[in-house]
Amino acid sequence: MTQKSAEELAKKQREISIAEFFEKNRHLLGFDNPRRALLTAVKEAVDNALDACEEARILPEITVELVALSETRFRMIVEDNGPGIIKKQIPNIFARLLYGSKFHKLAATRGQQGIGISATVLYGQLTTGKPATIISKTAANAKAQMMKLKIDTQTNLPQILEEKETEWEGKEHGTKIEVDLDGSYMKGRQSVDEYLKETAIVNPHCTIIYVTPEAQQIIFARSTNELPPEPKEIKPHPYGVELGRLIKMLEITQTKTLQQFLTDEFVRVSANVAKEICENSSLLPRTKPEQVSRDMAEKLYQGIQKTKIMAPPTDCISPIGAEELERGLRKEINAEFYCSTTRPAAVYRGNPFVIEAALAFGGEQDGESAVRIMRFANRVPLLYQQGACAITNSIQNTSWKTYGLQQSKNSLPVGACSVVVHMTSVWVPFTSESKEALAHYEEIVKEIKLALQDCGRKLASFVNKKRRIGDEAKKRSYIQKYIPHVADALKEIVGFDEIKKKEIEDNLFTMLEQVRGELEEIGVDNPDYDPELAKIGQDEEQAEPEETEEGPKKMKKSSKTKDAFGGDEDEEDDFDSEEEQDTLF
Amino acid sequence: MAKKKEGTEGKEVVKKIVNVADTMQQDIKKLKQPQIKIPLRALSNVEYSDKEGYFKLLPGVKERTLTASTIKTFAQTLRMMALSKQLLETDDIATKREAYYVSKNWGDARFLEQPESDNVMDDIEAMMTVNREQIGFIPEEKGGDVAGELIVIDVDPDTGKELEIDCTKFGSGAYSVPSSGEHLRFKTKAKFILAIETSGMFERLNKHKYWKNANCILISMGGVPTRACRRFIRKLADDHKLPVYVFTDGDPYGFGNIYRTLKVGSGNAAHINEYFCVPQAQFIGITPQDIIDYKLPTHPLKEIDVKKIRDLIKNDPFVIHHKSWQKALEQMAKMKQRAEQQALAAHGLNFVIDKYLPDKLKNNKTWLP
Repeated sequence: MTQKSAEELAKKQREISIAEFFEKNRHLLGFDNPRRALLTAVKEAVDNALDACEEARILPEITVELVALSETRFRMIVEDNGPGIIKKQIPNIFARLLYGSKFHKLAATRGQQGIGISATVLYGQLTTGKPATIISKTAANAKAQMMKLKIDTQTNLPQILEEKETEWEGKEHGTKIEVDLDGSYMKGRQSVDEYLKETAIVNPHCTIIYVTPEAQQIIFARSTNELPPEPKEIKPHPYGVELGRLIKMLEITQTKTLQQFLTDEFVRVSANVAKEICENSSLLPRTKPEQVSRDMAEKLYQGIQKTKIMAPPTDCISPIGAEELERGLRKEINAEFYCSTTRPAAVYRGNPFVIEAALAFGGEQDGESAVRIMRFANRVPLLYQQGACAITNSIQNTSWKTYGLQQSKNSLPVGACSVVVHMTSVWVPFTSESKEALAHYEEIVKEIKLALQDCGRKLASFVNKKRRIGDEAKKRSYIQKYIPHVADALKEIVGFDEIKKKEIEDNLFTMLEQVRGELEEIGVDNPDYDPELAKIGQDEEQAEPEETEEGPKKMKKSSKTKDAFGGDEDEEDDFDSEEEQDTLF
Repeated sequence: MAKKKEGTEGKEVVKKIVNVADTMQQDIKKLKQPQIKIPLRALSNVEYSDKEGYFKLLPGVKERTLTASTIKTFAQTLRMMALSKQLLETDDIATKREAYYVSKNWGDARFLEQPESDNVMDDIEAMMTVNREQIGFIPEEKGGDVAGELIVIDVDPDTGKELEIDCTKFGSGAYSVPSSGEHLRFKTKAKFILAIETSGMFERLNKHKYWKNANCILISMGGVPTRACRRFIRKLADDHKLPVYVFTDGDPYGFGNIYRTLKVGSGNAAHINEYFCVPQAQFIGITPQDIIDYKLPTHPLKEIDVKKIRDLIKNDPFVIHHKSWQKALEQMAKMKQRAEQQALAAHGLNFVIDKYLPDKLKNNKTWLP
């Protein structure tokens, strides 16, 4: 065995660009299989569009078009009516990973890291070799700017292949992105269709016009002209800052003293609190931030933990609202009972957050399988990684038996029920960059469970009421059933005529039934239900019709073939979750 | 003559049934919720007095008012009463099982399981204070096996002629007690009746013609004696002034269920115990003291046996009345052991014939009341 010198090894050691890293680990960004890749691409583009519109206080109108170039290749075109992007920023936003406006601020926006849209461009470039085309217009009287962009994966810098000024007729302002990418289009609960529908449900202020790869146009029209309150930006809370970030903040701060640094860069730190922190850290308030060494920073970090600091303000986050959430659910599900709740704001690691939950019970839902879960974070639907999500876990660990659903220990409850949970926060903790599952923070799980329990209690009173009415109806049908038998037997024993028998029956009826009063009715009464909307995202065809003439042997064979092509919806889902587990551990 | 008597009895029962139904329909006419009253059939609703010699029904009744939740049972009870009336008027009978199947024509009022129909039948029986044979229903259960010095006088169902059945002439088999034996008469020179719990012991005694040497009548009860068996023994013992000796396993089931039911009847059928009991019965074995005296091989008492003993001492009016039974049961509870009839075989297969039974029959001080 020949030994290698450190110098030799050093030849192979070099910096890895972030772009290169994600090129190899695209599953971290949600591009792990063709079906999910298509969804992720649309999701990133739409999330950005909505954020841009809301930030500029414009009612969003977004067009999503998927053109099938072949079975496995699509052109995605997403256009918004946002404020547009100035020419200088276009390449950075669309063709540079980890570049964005949202990472350094804390506000309840959809995007967080500045990875999503450029990752989409990178994915398109990797699978088709083609650049992305961006057109943006910032004002009615300005010309639009067109650019064709690629990412240099080694340097993580944008490459501009073509740029020109162009006319964009009929558009006042907005941005449009066109990317060609490999993908796979299927319907179902994890489809683009479902994603856009759920987005429309929790963002009633936006209009989405969607052209499917089958060239079918679906319009999700806005149901309110009111924009949600502007997400307010807050500075980080001292409790939420890790040591590494603290050191970084000390490096880049413009402030002159440690005390000033603490009061200016953080929320809830007054001059007195800052002094207290310094005291608890054994540091002088007048220390210059650039002179704070690593050891001193660690002391400062410990000092922060020792100091009692007021919880961060919570007016910076705006929940959807229990009413609005419930209304969305009514559109989607035709049920007998709905309820919803919005928890008061709470804090995890210095980040304020709010949990909302809603339930739909009974009606046309399937009562034999596990409840349907709809998860949302900052108004974005989460369709993948259900099993890894704190929401799913919280549902599993809530005891639903007392609320009238079946449940075996630590698993999802079974029953005709849908559960919606929405978390909104200035910083939503995801388990990975693909942003599909909430991380398990104790405070968050606790809040989710409290919200679920609140809904559960309302559900229980409905289920009990339904049972009572059911029992009453049963008793009445009992009376109806047995009155003739009583009359008949009496007639047989005593021996009287039919007229008398009728009299006996009528009297029995008067005695038993009329004293019971009116029977309350429970049924589906939901004028908001939109069957057309509900159909979107459902599995295309409910399994193939069973071929009864074929023997069981042949049936088995045919289902095997289906597996091989991965055509079956459920199989696909299983496969996906398996893969997720691989990524997790 | 017996037949004629049954006929008038039948008419009386029909009258009672019609009365109950008529009261009900009059109530309904007045928009008054009809009620039926049924004597409460349970051990808690009986009393025991040595003079009478059987469990006597106390006045406790359960009232059932016609409401939404009782209407099904009401309908079924009335249907069953109608069936009973029909059976009595046509001089027919139905087994309990047959009655259950007849109910299958009642649509929604049909019974789903036979215990349901048996229960309704027992209710009607108690309501009319007659036994179920008198309301036209007969059980399927076997009455018991008889062997020994006895001639049963029965009637040929076709010709109406008398039949003499000699119970010594069944060889290794036995005469079977009919489900309804009110019409039977007997000829016998036997000195006593020996009622035996298990058919295994009965077969051993029959095979060796124990009845011949001892000049007795052997009756196998096969567990808790059926009504027919109790009635047969009672009638035979009454008619010929015969003592009745009972020989069971030495366990709480043998004492509390088999012997007690034979002697004083059951809580469930308290309304008819007067006729279905054998107050002259005496318990000869196996007593707890026998287990010691004869050094019998034993089995440990199970938890359920101990519970049964406690229950007998605390709740059974018969045991409460007899100190000696309480003592015997306490003794068994202390020993924590029980012994089967067959355990006597440990001293030789015919030990029971040669030694045990002769010994026991000679010494009435070893018996229990």
